[in-house]
Amino acid sequence: MDLIALQNVRKQYKTGVVAIHDLSLNIEKGDFVFVIGSTGCGKSTLIKMLYREEKPTKGKIIVGGIDVAKLRNSKVYKLRRKIGVVFQDYKLLNKSTAYENVAFALEVLGLPKDEIHDKVIKALELVGLKNKAKQYPLNLSGGEQQRVAIARAIVNGPKLLICDEPTGNLDENTSLEIMSVLEEINKLGTTIIMVTHDTTIVKKYKKRTILLDSGRILKDYKKGTYGNESNKNTK
Amino acid sequence: MKAIRILSRNIRDSFKSVFRNFSLSLASISCITITLIVVAISMVLSLNVNRFTELVEKDVTIVAFLDLETNDVEINDISQKLKGLNNVESVKFKSKQSISEDMMASSETFKNIMSEWSEAESPIQDTFQVKVKDIKLIGKTADEIKAIEKVDVVKYGEGMVEELVSIFDIVRRASFIAVVALIVVTAFLIINTIKITIFSRKREIEIMRLVGASNLNIKIPFIIEGLILGVLGSIIPIIATCYGYTAIYDKLGGKLFSDLIKMIKPAPFIYFISLVLLIIGMIVGMFGSLRAVKKYLKI
Repeated sequence: MDLIALQNVRKQYKTGVVAIHDLSLNIEKGDFVFVIGSTGCGKSTLIKMLYREEKPTKGKIIVGGIDVAKLRNSKVYKLRRKIGVVFQDYKLLNKSTAYENVAFALEVLGLPKDEIHDKVIKALELVGLKNKAKQYPLNLSGGEQQRVAIARAIVNGPKLLICDEPTGNLDENTSLEIMSVLEEINKLGTTIIMVTHDTTIVKKYKKRTILLDSGRILKDYKKGTYGNESNKNTK
Repeated sequence: MKAIRILSRNIRDSFKSVFRNFSLSLASISCITITLIVVAISMVLSLNVNRFTELVEKDVTIVAFLDLETNDVEINDISQKLKGLNNVESVKFKSKQSISEDMMASSETFKNIMSEWSEAESPIQDTFQVKVKDIKLIGKTADEIKAIEKVDVVKYGEGMVEELVSIFDIVRRASFIAVVALIVVTAFLIINTIKITIFSRKREIEIMRLVGASNLNIKIPFIIEGLILGVLGSIIPIIATCYGYTAIYDKLGGKLFSDLIKMIKPAPFIYFISLVLLIIGMIVGMFGSLRAVKKYLKI
């Protein structure tokens, strides 16, 4: 069953730049998908449209049953509650502890304190940071900060986790640590879309990989086929 | 329950923000304080002036003196004409006999002199005492009365009444303009404070949006912050009004310049002014933050 469906999506910015050309794409529930491509190929625009940071100029985008293109500004929060987003720069509140950063996502939704506590501890446990709950972001390593960001993104149990270059600022070993956390989350049933430049990771994890070029899908590699030059079996 | 939890979190955040940007908050609070002090002074002045005007209006009477040889039929006719005038509220006839009796009763000297007069010799005239509806039109009404046949002289304290009324009017208008101007300046300062708060909390707002906080949920803390600034800014003016007005009232014995001009009693007057100051503070604070949120919080 498709969690995400894009039909003939086009995105043209006010400056006249066309970031996405007539793009159609389906992503199944529970999938783990890499989106790769050179800088300016439209990767970020594509995922921004999924969590409705950007609106498509044309076409249809369905995420978890919500018609994103038709979603009014005042109703965007309904979509965001079903999606977790992780960024390269973590976007943490430096004056709040790791626990408070994760709890923040639930506090703004008005959940009771006990429920927040249970969910935050569970999320921090999943990313392996339960023992650092009281630490402030600036006292944590880059990898740990990213894990706090991931915990915040998944604490509300989203159906979809969007990761925009989550390993972009991290060294190889730390990147692998983050990947194993993401794999763990994916195994629990969350669909993951990850934008990355890191082809080593893409090759190693052998997931479905979408290669973008100039706003179009250049190739859609089936699971396990990326990096295998002799394999022409694209989706 | 959920709404209460969100609201209490919003209130907590708003207080945090007031203290986090304390210097800026202090500037806004000070501006609201100054504005509200001026508002308080203006209101105290205007309301007292209004009361003075009412008292003066109540007391001012046009006295129409009739010709000495006016007979009863003519008096009746004049009375009807006076009652028929637009600006006339009430008409009271006082006969020369009644005036003479009053005068003789008031002083022994008058009594001695006046008792020797025969009816034909007496210079005392019959009079009509006329009260007007609108004091500003008193001159015109006096002219209309003067034009009635058999009315000899008309007196109402010409000049003085008009001057008093126009001075009161100037005081009222000047204080109104000062209040409006200061409220506008304060609103702009609050807009600026909230604007900076919005910028300083940009990341927090971004994260709130990402994790699915509704737009209203994001905006409310800023509105509450404006409200808090308004309430904090009204504290000093309220205290100043309550203590200041009572002290002035006690010191002057409730009178200004003369026994004629009585001040409004402090209670419940000061409570009314305090409530108005609090409401103005809250409205200006909320209005300022609403404008800032609308202009600078693009979500």
